[in-house]
Amino acid sequence: MTEFEPVFVVDGTRTPFLKARGRPGPFSASDLAVGAGRPLLARNPVAPSKLDEVIFGCAMPSPDEANIGRIIALRLGCGFAVPGWTVMRNCASALQALDSARVNIMTGRSDLVLAGGTEAMSRAPVLYGRDMVNWMADMQQAKSPAQRARLFFNLRPKHFSPVIGLLRGLTDPIVGLSMGQTAEIIAHRFGITREDMDAYAVRSHQRLAAAIDAGYLAEEVVTVYGTDGSYHEHDDGLRRDSSEEKLATLKPFFDRDVGLVTAANSSQVTDGAAVLLLASRKAVDEHALPTLGRIVDCEWAAIDPAQMGLGPVHAIAQLLQRHALGRDDIDYFEINEAFAGQVLACNAALADDEYCRNELGMDGAFGAIDESKLNVDGGAVAIGHPVGASGARIALHALNVLKRTGGRYAVATLCIGGGQGGAMLLEAKK
Amino acid sequence: MSDWNITQDSDGIAWLGFDKEGVSTNVLSGAVMRELGERVTELEQMKPKAVIVHSKKSSGFIAGADITEFVDLKGPEDALALIRGGQQVLERLERLPCPTVAMINGFALGGGLELALACRYRVALDDPKTQLGLPEVKLGIHPGFGGTVRSIRLVGVLPAMDMMLTGRGLRARAAKKIGLVDSVVPERHLERAARKLALHPPPVKRAPRWQQWLSNRLVRGIVAGQLEKQVARKAKRRHYPAPYAIIELWKDHYDDPARMYAQEAESIAALMTGTTAQNLVRVFMLQDRLKSLGRKSKLDLKHVHVIGAGVMGGDIAAWCALRGYNVTLQDREPKYVAPAIKRAAKLYHGKLKDPRLVQAAMDRLVPDVEGRGAAQADVVIEAIYENADAKRALYETLEPRMKAGALLATNTSSIRLEELSRDLAEPNRLVGLHFFNPVAKMPLLEVVHTDDTDPRALEQALAFGRHIDRLPLPAKSSPGFLVNRILMPYMMEAMLIAGEGVPLEAIDRAALDFGMPMGPVELADTVGLDVALSVSKVFADSFGMQVPPRLKQMVDDGHLGRKSGRGFYTYKDGKPVRDKSRADAAPSDLGDRLIMPLLNEAVACLHEGVVADADLVDAGVIFGTGFAPFTGGPIQYARARGKDAVVATMRALAEKHGERFTPHDGWEAI
Repeated sequence: MTEFEPVFVVDGTRTPFLKARGRPGPFSASDLAVGAGRPLLARNPVAPSKLDEVIFGCAMPSPDEANIGRIIALRLGCGFAVPGWTVMRNCASALQALDSARVNIMTGRSDLVLAGGTEAMSRAPVLYGRDMVNWMADMQQAKSPAQRARLFFNLRPKHFSPVIGLLRGLTDPIVGLSMGQTAEIIAHRFGITREDMDAYAVRSHQRLAAAIDAGYLAEEVVTVYGTDGSYHEHDDGLRRDSSEEKLATLKPFFDRDVGLVTAANSSQVTDGAAVLLLASRKAVDEHALPTLGRIVDCEWAAIDPAQMGLGPVHAIAQLLQRHALGRDDIDYFEINEAFAGQVLACNAALADDEYCRNELGMDGAFGAIDESKLNVDGGAVAIGHPVGASGARIALHALNVLKRTGGRYAVATLCIGGGQGGAMLLEAKK
Repeated sequence: MSDWNITQDSDGIAWLGFDKEGVSTNVLSGAVMRELGERVTELEQMKPKAVIVHSKKSSGFIAGADITEFVDLKGPEDALALIRGGQQVLERLERLPCPTVAMINGFALGGGLELALACRYRVALDDPKTQLGLPEVKLGIHPGFGGTVRSIRLVGVLPAMDMMLTGRGLRARAAKKIGLVDSVVPERHLERAARKLALHPPPVKRAPRWQQWLSNRLVRGIVAGQLEKQVARKAKRRHYPAPYAIIELWKDHYDDPARMYAQEAESIAALMTGTTAQNLVRVFMLQDRLKSLGRKSKLDLKHVHVIGAGVMGGDIAAWCALRGYNVTLQDREPKYVAPAIKRAAKLYHGKLKDPRLVQAAMDRLVPDVEGRGAAQADVVIEAIYENADAKRALYETLEPRMKAGALLATNTSSIRLEELSRDLAEPNRLVGLHFFNPVAKMPLLEVVHTDDTDPRALEQALAFGRHIDRLPLPAKSSPGFLVNRILMPYMMEAMLIAGEGVPLEAIDRAALDFGMPMGPVELADTVGLDVALSVSKVFADSFGMQVPPRLKQMVDDGHLGRKSGRGFYTYKDGKPVRDKSRADAAPSDLGDRLIMPLLNEAVACLHEGVVADADLVDAGVIFGTGFAPFTGGPIQYARARGKDAVVATMRALAEKHGERFTPHDGWEAI
């Protein structure tokens, strides 16, 4: 194998993740990325103009923010000469941004890259349906007032029913299942119960609350400010009063009536951004940059879209096999909590001898990840899952946990709508 | 001499170019207008297909008249000859038989706009630097090259009066909206647009019908009355005669343009040589002098770090970001920074309007609770509360983190630099950057230094003032520096007078009558009585001044002025509730009682060398407090009133009201 340049993580920040509350939130996706990126650049001795490129993941960019990566670069004051681009890999868009940055640094094309992800899910577009679009086209082409009048009377209430972009985005177009339904499928496969899911969700909230109170997120989460004098310091979807009794009262959201997955044991629909500063050894030396650690490798796996929640299992297996590392070599895991039941199903699959043999081609079970090594500061169920940003959040947080606990290796992994998994191997600074 | 030249192109258009020799900005002078007359004579003989008047300076079209000429005028006859000469040249330009187009590539101000108005068409560059206006009134005069007639004829009386009475400049698109220019185009189309107007001239624009109707003889009197009322709210006739003269010119002579031109010339000739205009021109030149004190090249400014997001710190940060610099703003917690961000958003919406520019400015202003930006900043400004120990403690952690060669400044308004810089590794690096409230409106920046201040730091601080478009005034570190020191005795006297039972309304009225922008009582309420109290204590220590007992009582009771809703006045919707009927109950010496302490302190400052000379005292007090500009400043006012008369008045006041009125020794040298 060719000897590649190592890729260092200098520093990273994220905005608080802000829960979507039924109407467009206070910040656009680029506002969020700028909110996270400005303090990061202000606290590091690198002028924005010194960056080689800016790469952002964003799964649902607004029509006003085409190629949002470039918009973010310009708004951060990088100047005209710093290129910016955008990647899209659904829930792992930000992880893809980090991987793309990594590859460019490895091969010597870039030395300093700002990479991350951003998503304003609350601002996902609401569209006209096809009937309405056709009607408007007819109206535009109508030649006489009489034609127009006739068209006007053709208008029916159905024309006005909107297409909710967010729901379309969270539905798999190949198998026709919502993401929540894919979680139901794998929960069923591994016998995950509603009680398991709710207990997991409550713990996610408790762990986030404890992390905030202990100040573990102080370096990572930066306050964002609105032009109306408002400010947001913490993830606002956190429910400190969450309990299993309360969660038990919720109705299933995706498979109505008899399903298991509820709004409360799923990740929250949120707005947020996370951004990392990545550097080559040359850049680290030149600017005397401190580092958190490095990105060792990244792996992508693909499976049946109907079982997309198991993507991390496959990605982890492939990634660690390549490096001849076993479960116990990894000090810490972040598995993105798309759904409580999905994380539990992943862990069940990893512990399942048959699954590991048949589906992963391993000699035996990988082994379940101990809960003390998994999502110790809570996950997307409590924090939220701004689709395009989560990958950067978990990679950054995994490094921060290693720094705190003194571990060496961490894996950050997500399931990806469409039946994929992405996993990143990170190593703490020695 | 060749400030003007003509070239003819293949379409038969004569391009009349203006490129005043030896300067970077085109201005009009007697000589320039005479030469223009000669060129117009050539055009009369040349008979081109059209004429396009343009500037060969990239800075803009014409900035107005050369003000230095005003100062040398011998008397009204001299002025009249100058004005009539200019008027006649423009009249001949206007009468050329072919289409004439002014191609305005930036500012067209005063006489520059008047020249453009004498053309048949105007095309303006669509760019933020383009400004069209008739700002003469700010110098105590009014348009003199036919502008009072032509502006009203072209756009109508209300928009024209708005321009002339306020002196406000219009951006290109706003000018198009009122009909002042025929077309607004970006730079890439400017020449083509001018050529199109020249070769295919459309009908000449006139003011809308209803505006024309307002200039009807029968209606004019009523409209003029309304206009006068509006002006009176801002400026008194005896202080500022020019706006009233504009209204009268129109009211009395609009039906007879020839007569109105003649009267315009007579009126401006009289105004130009009057004291108001002479003083305002002097103020204008003082402004240029302050500008020249800072050299931008002495500081490579990119990043400003401000500590303290209160009213001053927050607004300083917002202003710096508005001027294009990256700013980090630090305070203890987000809740202290957030209000500053909100105020900045409001400021930018008002100043920039274009939401993209607002966003860019907001993006440059970075809240920074951890204060990490200090390490990257070229200038660090401390604007925390007025406590020497707290400031010193802050510097102790700040100084080691700062970039080598970065400027460290404090916005203190009352603590001496020596006291603050004591524990610094390099004590001589600390300077004061004393801004005034509200930051976005007050142009003065006191740059405070000691005898030992590092000359490089001082140079950088003055340069910083120019980078952010403020007027830097070097002032020696001493209690209150220049402006507050001069203001305090005046405000304290007002409080003493109030304590004697004179109605607040009468006190403020007396100050307004003198020409102050705001009365001292309302000013104290606006500054905040807690602030006034803390400053007055400093003064009491340093100069043995008396702290008005009532002030302390009010602060103890929580009546802090406008911000708490009650101070000397009670405030309703942010405005003081006043009983106007009480404004007349004033003792006869009230005006002098207020002003004399101020004059005396100004002389003391001059004597002690707080600033370098008398002109700088006047400049500081005018730009820092709004002190009646038409008087030319306190020293100029005292000179005009007569030193002996002023000293005698003080002696009389001292006998009646106390020793604080005793004239300072410095009067000898005035």
